Amino acid sequence: MTEGKQKIKVPVMADLFAKGEKPEYLLWVGSAGAFDDRYKKVTRAFVKILTHLNISYAVLGVEESSSGDVARRAGNEMLFQMQAMTNIEIMNSYEVKKIITCDPHAFNTFKNEYPDYDGNYEVMHHTQFLYKLISEGKLNIKSDLFKNKTITYHDPCYLGRANGEYDAPREVMTTVPSKKVEMKRNKSNALCCGAGGGQMFKEAEKGDKEIFIERTEDLLETGADIIVTACPYCMVMMTDGLKYKNKEEEIKNYDIAELIEQSLEL
Amino acid sequence: MINSIIFILLWVGAIAFFTWNVKKISRNIKLGRDIDRKGNKKKRWSLVLKVAVGQSKIMRLPISGILHIFVYAGFILVNIEMLEVMVDGIAGTHRALSFFGFLYPIAISAFEFFALLVIIGCLIFLVRRNVLRVNRFWKPEMKWWPRLDANLILLTEVILMTSIFFMNASDVILQSRGFEHYHKVGSFFLSSVFIPMLTNLPSETLVFIERLCWWLHIVGIMIFLNYIPYSKHFHVFLSFINVFHSKLEPVGKLANMPSITTEVKSMLTGEEPPLDENAEDVAFGAQDVKQLTWKHLMDSYTCTECGRCTRVCPANITGKILSPRKLIMDTRDRLELTGKNIDKKGDDYSDDKTLFDYISAEELWACTTCNACTNACPVNIDQVSLILELRRYIVMEQAAAPGELNAIFNNIENNGAPWQFSQDDRMLWADELYINEKSDQ
Repeated sequence: MTEGKQKIKVPVMADLFAKGEKPEYLLWVGSAGAFDDRYKKVTRAFVKILTHLNISYAVLGVEESSSGDVARRAGNEMLFQMQAMTNIEIMNSYEVKKIITCDPHAFNTFKNEYPDYDGNYEVMHHTQFLYKLISEGKLNIKSDLFKNKTITYHDPCYLGRANGEYDAPREVMTTVPSKKVEMKRNKSNALCCGAGGGQMFKEAEKGDKEIFIERTEDLLETGADIIVTACPYCMVMMTDGLKYKNKEEEIKNYDIAELIEQSLEL
Repeated sequence: MINSIIFILLWVGAIAFFTWNVKKISRNIKLGRDIDRKGNKKKRWSLVLKVAVGQSKIMRLPISGILHIFVYAGFILVNIEMLEVMVDGIAGTHRALSFFGFLYPIAISAFEFFALLVIIGCLIFLVRRNVLRVNRFWKPEMKWWPRLDANLILLTEVILMTSIFFMNASDVILQSRGFEHYHKVGSFFLSSVFIPMLTNLPSETLVFIERLCWWLHIVGIMIFLNYIPYSKHFHVFLSFINVFHSKLEPVGKLANMPSITTEVKSMLTGEEPPLDENAEDVAFGAQDVKQLTWKHLMDSYTCTECGRCTRVCPANITGKILSPRKLIMDTRDRLELTGKNIDKKGDDYSDDKTLFDYISAEELWACTTCNACTNACPVNIDQVSLILELRRYIVMEQAAAPGELNAIFNNIENNGAPWQFSQDDRMLWADELYINEKSDQ
C-alpha cells in the first residue's frame, strides 16, 4: 500500500467543452466559495471529496458570477435578473443539467427562481449530494476521528425553512461516528445566523445584541465541541460568534464537507 | 308575537350592517394589484383542512395551541345551538328542538361542556395577557387599542358562554316547578351546578333571569358579529380564505417581476422591448397599499396580532425595532385609512401619505429574510414578501438603499461578486490543491 499527495487540477467547463467532454455536474463555487478565505477551504474540501469519488464535474471558473441572491433580497430586482439571465445563458451554453453547490442561497435561487428565466436545472445542495452518495453506498466513512466529540448542527435558513431540507445534512452527520446534540432551536424553529437578506454586508441596525451572538449562545448551551454548518454566511457568522465568546480554540466550526473530508483523511 | 318581530328585525339589522362592513373590507382588499393564487385547488383545500380547520400551525406552541382549540372548536360547536335559538325566536316557541326526547338533554349537556371549554380558554388567555404578561402581547405595537380589543373579545366570549349556564339552570328549576311554558325537557349536566344558587328565587325572577340570559346571548352574538369587522378578530372569517390563497411554491422563492424581465431581456439582447399597449405604468415595488397585491392586503385583515412572528424574528429577539407583526398592522391601518378616504373623498383622492409614513427604513433593512415569521404564522401570512416589496421601492424607485448595500450592488455589477475581487481571480482558490491518494497497488 502506497500513499502520496496528488495534485488536483480542477476541471473547468470551457476546457472540457473544447475537448468535446461534458461533465455530469456543474459545481457552482459561489462568490464566498471563491473569495472568502474561510469558505475557500470548504470548496477545496468538497472538491477533494468529488475527486476521491471520481465524480464527473466541472466549474465555470472565471465565467462564474454572483447568483444574484443577495441583490434580489436587498431589493435590487434589476441587478438580480441581469445576473440570473447572464448566468443562465452561460450554463445553457454548456448544456448544464445538474448543479451542485455548497451555498444554500445559490441552491435556493437556482432551484426556485431561475426557472422563471428558462434556467431549469436539477439543483442539489452539497449536503443532499453527499447524502445521495452515502445512500448509494459510494461514500463510506470508517474513521473514528470524531468518536469522542460532541457535534451540533446549525440549520441554514435557505436550506431548512426555505426548502424544507432538514434531514440530508443530519443523515450525512450520522455516518460520522460521534455524539450528536441538537440546539434548543432547531430545524424549522432554528434561529437565523443573522447574515441573510443582505445583512452579511452591512452593519446591523441598532439593538441589544448581534444575532450571531444570540445563536452562538444557543450553541454554547449544548456543550458541543464542534458546530457544523452548511452555508458560507453561517460559517462567517458562527466563526465571529465563537471569537466574540473567546471559544474559537475550544469549539471548532466546520462545514459538513470538511467533516467528511477529515473523516476520509483526504 | 311582538318578541318574534323584534327578534327578526334585530337579526335583519345585524346581518345588513355586518354585510355592509364586510363589503367595505372586501373592496379595500381589492385595491391591491392582482396576483394569481387560484391554481392547484386540491392542494389549497388540503392546506385549509390542515392549517385553518386543523389548526396545525397553532399547535406548534402547545399551551396556547390547546387553549385556542378549546375556544375555536368550542365556539363553533356551541353555536349549533343557535339553530334552536333561531327557531324559538322566530316562531315564539320554547326549546323547539326538545322533541328529540332523551337526546335533547344529552345534546344540551354537550353544548354546556363546550361552553365550559370556551370559558376556561378565555379566562386563561386573559390571565396570560394581563397577569402573566406574556412578552409578545406587550411589544411596542401593542398599544392601548390592540390590548383592549383582545380583552374585549375574551370578556365577551366569557359573558356569552356564562349566560348559557344561567339560562339553562333557571330553565330546569322552572321545569321542576311546572311553571307555564317551561315544559319538561330533562336536566342538563353542567348547569345543574348553578341550581343551588338559584333555587330559592321566586319563579318570576327565574323567568326574568332565563329570558335575560336568552336575549343577552342572542343580542350579544349580534353585537359580537358586528364588532368583528372593526377588530383583529376578523381572523375568524378570513383565516380560512387567507390560508386557501397561500403561496404554494417553496418558502424561499420570491415573487418575480415580469416587467423587469422584459426590460433586462431587451438590455441583454439590444432589441427594443415589444410594445405592449395594455401595459400599465407599474411601480418597482410598493410604497403604498395599492401597489401591494391583494394577498398582502388580505394578510393584513387576517392578522389577529398573536405576535408569533415577532416572537421568532431574529431581529426582534436581539432588540432591533423590526417587528413583523407591526408591519402587518401598519398595512391594515394604512389600508383602513385609504378606504375611509375613498368613502369620503372619492376614488382619486390622495392624502400625500404612504406606507413609509408608518414603516421606517430601519425596520425594513433589519430583516434577514430568514422566514421564521412566515413559518410561525398560524394563518400563512407572508411578512417577508411585504418587506421585499417595500425594499424594492426604496432601492429601485428612490435609489435610497443603505450605502453598504449600494457598494455590493456596484461590486456585483462590475466584478460579479459582492466583494471587490476581480472575476479573473475566481479560480485562485484551486491553486496548490492536493489530495492524499491511497491505493492498494
